[in-house]
Amino acid sequence: MSEQVKNRVKELLSSGKIKGFLGLCSRNGHIAPHLFVNADDLDNLVVGDKLAAGDSRYPLNRQLINLVRAYPDETFGILVRGCDERGLTALASWNQVDPNKIEMVGIACPRELALACECLKPYPESFVDGEKCEGVSPESVARIDTLQVKERFDHWYHEFSKCIKCYGCRDICPMCFCNECSLENNELIRTGEIPPEIPTFHLTRAVHMAGRCIDCGLCSEACPADIPLRTLYKKVADIIDKQYGFRTGYDGAQKSPLNFLGGLPE
Amino acid sequence: MDYRTVLTTCTHCGCGCNFYLEVLDGRVIGTIPCKTSPINEGKLCIKGWNVHEFIQSKKRLTQPLLRKNGELTEVSWDEALDFTARRLKEIKDAHGADSLAFLTSARVTNEENYLFQKFCRAAIGTNNVDHCARL
Repeated sequence: MSEQVKNRVKELLSSGKIKGFLGLCSRNGHIAPHLFVNADDLDNLVVGDKLAAGDSRYPLNRQLINLVRAYPDETFGILVRGCDERGLTALASWNQVDPNKIEMVGIACPRELALACECLKPYPESFVDGEKCEGVSPESVARIDTLQVKERFDHWYHEFSKCIKCYGCRDICPMCFCNECSLENNELIRTGEIPPEIPTFHLTRAVHMAGRCIDCGLCSEACPADIPLRTLYKKVADIIDKQYGFRTGYDGAQKSPLNFLGGLPE
Repeated sequence: MDYRTVLTTCTHCGCGCNFYLEVLDGRVIGTIPCKTSPINEGKLCIKGWNVHEFIQSKKRLTQPLLRKNGELTEVSWDEALDFTARRLKEIKDAHGADSLAFLTSARVTNEENYLFQKFCRAAIGTNNVDHCARL
């Protein structure tokens, strides 16, 4: 598919710079997340466009965390779009990955995907394929913001009422790395019961996405009830930006304001 | 290091959702729904999401158990099947075929379920057959 990506991965693998490359491959008629370990075995490498641009993106960062936890001394390569790069920047600030042990191979998203995602930055800092296109402001958020409070509440109540409490939004999330999850905390959530409490369940997660969500949209894509979670978390990110001037994953030196309990450290 | 994503089908029900099992050095560590599957299109229910947890569970039964003197004891398949067949016959002879009921599973194949109901109806002689997916 992308010769530029293949060439870069081949270079990284054959030089021994990386132990493996976490990317996507075409096999069994599907697009699968895959760890490439052999420089001569990259024929099936793809970037995740089966029927439409970026329609088969996978939580590669989440898989990377599994790999680096098991092999902390190894360096891995990984396919990144703008969102994935933001994810790795944020994960490094939370000490979940070592940026010195990651080789990113970037691709810029096409306009079509940037529009579908309403992505503010649909490209990583450096990329080997694709063309940089401008960020898109979130119309979905603006639309809901025009509603009166009651209508807005009704809208979300209706959306949340479709939830089957599969925890898929959390399970697919490349930023959900906590050992203990609030959504499994009996003090907050009635675990083992359906339907979920509305809006407690969803707002608990939304609050936890504040300063954490990198707007990849995998949660919305994984939701069997098509709840527009991405729109909700975009709004949460806007609030954090407005209140603290912080957007997750844009500046590696900046930690999430919600990292600090009881005010900034001295 | 051996890291694989293995495409497979959910065993929990008959929908047939596809997902990748993440396998690191021979251990199953995670489930990732398959986005290009026409069945589930990258989505799963809570049971599917947790398939990887039961595969290596120490609580899984690996051998038939028979209660002997009040204690569940591991026995061979031959012994378990002989015991079951004998007791089914005894109960049927003493109380009739409709004194028995059979519960099959959504977690086996269509063909196995067909065979099972055939066994109940043709071999035992009762229509008392149901399955665990009657939710």
